[in-house]
Amino acid sequence: MTTNTQSNAMPESSLNPQIAPAVISPARRMYWSMRRELWENRSIYIAPLAAAAVALVAFLFGIIALPGHRMSTVMALDPAKQRAQIVLPYDVAAGLIMATAFFVGLYYCLEALHSERRDRSILFWKSLPVSDLTTVLSKASIPLVLMLFSFALTFVTQFIMLLLSSAVVLADGLSVATLWTHVSLFQRSPMLLYHLLTVHGFWYAPIYGYLLLVSAWARRAPFLWAVLPPLAISAVEKIAFNTTHFVSWVAYRFSGPEASTPAAGSTLMDVMAAVSPAQFFSTPGLWTGLAIAAAFIFAAVRLRRYRGPI
Amino acid sequence: MACIEASGLRKSFGATVALDGVNLRVEEGRIFGLLGPNGAGKTTALNAILGLTPYQGELRVLGRDPWAERDQLMRDVCFIADVAVLPRWIRVSQVLDYVAGVHPRFDRAKAEGFLAQTTIRRASKVRQLSKGMVAQLHLALVMAIDARLLVLDEPTLGLDIIYRKQFYDSLLNDYFDRQRTIVVATHQVEEIQHVLTDVMFINRGRIVFESSMEQLESRYAEVMVHPEHVAAARALRPIHERQLFGRSILLFDHVDRRQLAGFGDVRMPSIADLFVAVIGNQAGQRQGAAK
Repeated sequence: MTTNTQSNAMPESSLNPQIAPAVISPARRMYWSMRRELWENRSIYIAPLAAAAVALVAFLFGIIALPGHRMSTVMALDPAKQRAQIVLPYDVAAGLIMATAFFVGLYYCLEALHSERRDRSILFWKSLPVSDLTTVLSKASIPLVLMLFSFALTFVTQFIMLLLSSAVVLADGLSVATLWTHVSLFQRSPMLLYHLLTVHGFWYAPIYGYLLLVSAWARRAPFLWAVLPPLAISAVEKIAFNTTHFVSWVAYRFSGPEASTPAAGSTLMDVMAAVSPAQFFSTPGLWTGLAIAAAFIFAAVRLRRYRGPI
Repeated sequence: MACIEASGLRKSFGATVALDGVNLRVEEGRIFGLLGPNGAGKTTALNAILGLTPYQGELRVLGRDPWAERDQLMRDVCFIADVAVLPRWIRVSQVLDYVAGVHPRFDRAKAEGFLAQTTIRRASKVRQLSKGMVAQLHLALVMAIDARLLVLDEPTLGLDIIYRKQFYDSLLNDYFDRQRTIVVATHQVEEIQHVLTDVMFINRGRIVFESSMEQLESRYAEVMVHPEHVAAARALRPIHERQLFGRSILLFDHVDRRQLAGFGDVRMPSIADLFVAVIGNQAGQRQGAAK
């Protein structure tokens, strides 16, 4: 242990209570609370970055290990199949990044209000002039941050993929026109953003809210508390009434409102953007879901007020 | 205005009564020691004052209701709960950034000044610091906040003697300015005797003793009695008697020192001895009542 001496020669304590303290806006408190979350949970950006890196490496392997060969066979296909074939790796990369961000978000929410109690740091956070509302809202906003980050990351990844395959196609002496028409990044990215906003932002909100609530409530094993009660409810329903309403309700919540049978030949992205905004915002489940999410988050705020270290 | 004012403060956890009608008044500019054995209700009382737990009864801290207005109250109140509440994952630079970001009364330069006197590096994570260094870091943060009330709950538990002494020396020399109020709860009584202006003993959720240090010095006297005077001394009804090296040490409340001087050496009792006398008598009475 270090035994440095702390002498009496410390800086003079300023005796100026009349100096008006700096005013800190709620937005600034929110900003620092969110930065705090990113410091603590580096997986929020590391995991999607790793997913993007994995997708890029796999793609690079695909175009280098099979140079020209694959692209020239693809070029010979009829236009519909050709498009599906070309677009596939782009969609899979987007899906990988999106799924990674989704799972990171779930895990994050389940830990957010539990780890601060487990490591007793809640006593430090509560010693600062930050309300429980600000704290919980800053945590609840992280899934949205994840969503926007995964969108930007997907765009960059797909752009790099497009450059890489363009290079290969050009090296083979072929035209990049077909490739660029099919991949059409600037048309498809808004579709991805639309999917992320509607499904990952609005539709999944009650899932994140539920996990935050469990994380604020459970004294230990928040994962079990989050997973086992819904499982028990499904089992009770099946045994007592021989119905599966609860299971289908949960499945519907996870699959999103667009779960209609996709048309033949449509890509993953087509399915994702199949629901028009008018359809989406008139889905009754959306608004009940958002109301439930708000109730869950409000309950988590109330609970945090009563919570101390565990 | 009183800094803390409580009347009839009650708190129970199921069948366990942690606070049983506590009345408390802490004036501004005092260093107030809340002493009690383990489980006496010290932490519960402090948690109520800090707005960390709901309670029954009246409580105002700096004119506010702590449970309803914790976040506003924390602009004027700081607390160190115990040595291990700084999150282990945070970097020293990050915790400085964060507190500067959310606290209107935090003077970052001042905190940096305090840290410059330690061996704590800005890039270190809290998990890499020794327990003593974590306490130094937390104290540097708290001393850089221009607060009106500082609450310390066992702030030096588990620290070695050098850090413990440094901790209180820094508080007195660099922080306390006779306008601020400090409330410190501990059961390491000896170390804070010279620091306090007021002392209160709490036991089983009740306040069993309270006094300012000046009062305490004039009221209580401890005498190491010569064997031949023991009977006469006991006739003056000491509140406590103990044996040390075969001599009787008697503790008197409100007895004239000149009268006591004839029995042996008269001195001011330590808070620890007074604590043992008061809490011990209480336990004795309780046992007596049970018989």
